[in-house]
Amino acid sequence: MTPLDDTDRRLLNRLQEDLPLTPRPYADVAAELGITEHDLLDRLARMKADRVITRFGPFFDAAAMGGDFCLCAMAVPEAEFETVLTKVNAHPEVAHNYERTHRLNMWFVLATETPEAITATADAIERETGLTVHRFPKLQEFFIGFRVAA
Amino acid sequence: MIDATDRRIIEALQGGLPLVPAPYAQVADDLGIEEAVLLDRLAALKTRGVIRRIAAAPNHYRLGMTSNGMTVWDVQDDLIGELGAHIGALPFVTHCYERPRALPDWPYNLFAMVHGNSPDEVERKRGQIAAILGSACRGSDILYSTRILKKTGLRLKAKG
Repeated sequence: MTPLDDTDRRLLNRLQEDLPLTPRPYADVAAELGITEHDLLDRLARMKADRVITRFGPFFDAAAMGGDFCLCAMAVPEAEFETVLTKVNAHPEVAHNYERTHRLNMWFVLATETPEAITATADAIERETGLTVHRFPKLQEFFIGFRVAA
Repeated sequence: MIDATDRRIIEALQGGLPLVPAPYAQVADDLGIEEAVLLDRLAALKTRGVIRRIAAAPNHYRLGMTSNGMTVWDVQDDLIGELGAHIGALPFVTHCYERPRALPDWPYNLFAMVHGNSPDEVERKRGQIAAILGSACRGSDILYSTRILKKTGLRLKAKG
């Protein structure tokens, strides 16, 4: 991966904030940062290709669409980990999945278009894997402002 | 909640926004609608909270934030609202939620995500959280992520 220079870092910090809803949004942000639109697009494409940025675009809130999110966790035996992972990730409802250091070692987020689909998907994963899917829906959110200083 | 046109717009954008000078014109063209209509629809979706923002999802591992600890706490129920708000406001906490316990396996009801450049840094931050919770906390743990297994965001299913 190409090391990030100062302009990349400024761009990445800016792009974690909202992009304007204008016909030339990249040109608008480029002007804010004092670079050209062409340079911005090149840098953005490179950072995506290098996976510094995993995704660029709208962040959707499934709950606001009438759907739901749920954090889930499973205790997966090491020997079965890859097999179970394939089965879990095959569900399009699995939006993120992380391996973590704990007896509950697989943590994933379900994002679905209806609240009922959370239960249906988690139950399907239990049937397919024979493992319990612990469900941790949010009861209260104390902050939403995920930003990483690049 | 969302009509057929909104749905087509969301489907067209869930993989990401095109990296071209006029991305909305391109998407509108693909959908066979006017760019102005698309921009109006997107503005309405933002107002309703269906779109939170149009932005980059950074890969914190690639940014040197190699330690990512999910700290979890068993906090007295009658104090969780007040203490959760306090923890959520800490600058190094990126996500903070109250979630149900799963007894007996899982006694924790407060989840706070902490990022750092090293496990030591994350542990120091965890210590700061412990000091704030004090005696209202009956137990805690930290789960480090060792691998991103998937990160795609929401995907709508194709509907006939």
